Amino acid sequence: MRAFAYTRATDVSGAVAAARDPDVKFLGGGTNLLDLMKMGVEHPGHLVDVTRLPLAAIEERESGLRLGATARNSDVANHPLVRQRYRVLSEALVAGASPQLRNMATMGGNLMQRTRCAYFYDPTFAECNKRVPGSGCAALQGYHRMHAILGASEACIATHPSDAAVALAALDAVVRVVGPGGERAIPIVDFHRLPGDTPQLDTNLRGDELITAIDLPALPFGRRSHYLKVRDRNSYAFALVSVAAALDLDGQGVIRQARLALGGVAHKPWRVAEAEQRLVGQRPGDGAWRAAAEAAVAGARPRRDNAFKVELARRSIARALATTAALT
Amino acid sequence: MESDLSVSRRGFLGSMVAGGVASTWPADAQRAEAASTGAPPPVQTALTINGQRHELTLDPRVTLLDLLREHLGLTGTKKGCDHGQCGACTVLAGGRRINACLSLAVAHDGEQIVTVEGLTRGETLHPVQAAFLEQDAFQCGYCTPGQICSAVALLDEIRAGAVSAATADVSRLAPAALSDEEIRERMSGNLCRCGAYPNIVAAVRAAGGRRAA
Repeated sequence: MRAFAYTRATDVSGAVAAARDPDVKFLGGGTNLLDLMKMGVEHPGHLVDVTRLPLAAIEERESGLRLGATARNSDVANHPLVRQRYRVLSEALVAGASPQLRNMATMGGNLMQRTRCAYFYDPTFAECNKRVPGSGCAALQGYHRMHAILGASEACIATHPSDAAVALAALDAVVRVVGPGGERAIPIVDFHRLPGDTPQLDTNLRGDELITAIDLPALPFGRRSHYLKVRDRNSYAFALVSVAAALDLDGQGVIRQARLALGGVAHKPWRVAEAEQRLVGQRPGDGAWRAAAEAAVAGARPRRDNAFKVELARRSIARALATTAALT
Repeated sequence: MESDLSVSRRGFLGSMVAGGVASTWPADAQRAEAASTGAPPPVQTALTINGQRHELTLDPRVTLLDLLREHLGLTGTKKGCDHGQCGACTVLAGGRRINACLSLAVAHDGEQIVTVEGLTRGETLHPVQAAFLEQDAFQCGYCTPGQICSAVALLDEIRAGAVSAATADVSRLAPAALSDEEIRERMSGNLCRCGAYPNIVAAVRAAGGRRAA
């Protein structure tokens, strides 16, 4: 591992000022960054530890709930207001990683984690446009069973690994960041990028910006929400496909509003407005679920090893929506 | 003569490791070397490990795991994968279980760390350690310190009402029952290549003092 300097940020402005140096990276829980440094994928010259900044609070606000950027995944998953009002987020968090890793990982870091594409993660593969722009994509001809079926490009077919981000996409979360020019707010669906010709850029966060919080808007039907994760083993594995769903049912049981986001299928959490629209005005049932599922995977472009994900996504959506509708 | 021969393998290895302790260098010497090579400076830190305070000057690259094993000779904590995938390095930091391999030692400045060596009270085993013995919850034993530290935290988490992916309704705030399903899910961050899982589950259940739900 390249030698690096370590300093502890004592205030947000100091952290942001330090990050003007492109050799600086912010250190949260370190569960992904330190691993990438061991692998030789990341090699910052200076780590600025942001975990002691006063950004760990989970606060109720008039407009919803504010999750501090350095709140640990386990603390958010276990918070009573998250469990009761944003059930899908608690479920998504505990579906990710292991209890040890969730105790370390921060919310901001969770959004900033990088793909687990094996060709990205192992620098002995020369081709990876995300790691070395312009070098090619080893996954195109390699084993790409875990890779994207939606929104990919010829430059990169990696998926985003976060479960929490999928739930946050369904919840219309807003990422609050601070940079040299002050604060700005980035809707979660605009936070992560599709690969296009620049897969080296995972997010629209600039290098000198620090995530300070994630805001969850009030969602009266957030209690009727659910996260379904389908994977090769039942725990401690990344998603093949995951579904974050929320349903608002009226007094007659008709769907008033729906939220649907997919994980494990694209370079970012995949939220599909068309699929949500198809659910509005419908009664819960297989017909409604199938129509939404078809809309959600419209435009899917599977490759040799991951065609199974299209049907898996359809069925997972139907199951997740059925489970969500049955919640009380 | 007999005493010479009775030196334990563990004690011998421990003394060899201690002979190579980087943190016993004078801090000034480390800083001087760093300055002469252009390398980033070492960092002064203080951690309390198993109740004992350690003031250290460390290369920031030293993980908590390597600090324990290579610098302090606390080899109970094991290095399995070194990538946060196996859980053999599980320790308690501030009472919470973490993977020591994915954690910089300097990032734990001021914290209380407990390793498997710190669980006993004198000659008395921690109830989780005793349960692992009673239930024969290991074969080769390499994953066992991590399993035990993880189980100690698991029982605390259950008591505190923490949820897991096995919890049917996360919106219910009452603590989950210590069912086999909950134990398996909550122990999934600790792999056992020997496959001692059934007895590990039994040990955690026994230590939890309740029958499976």
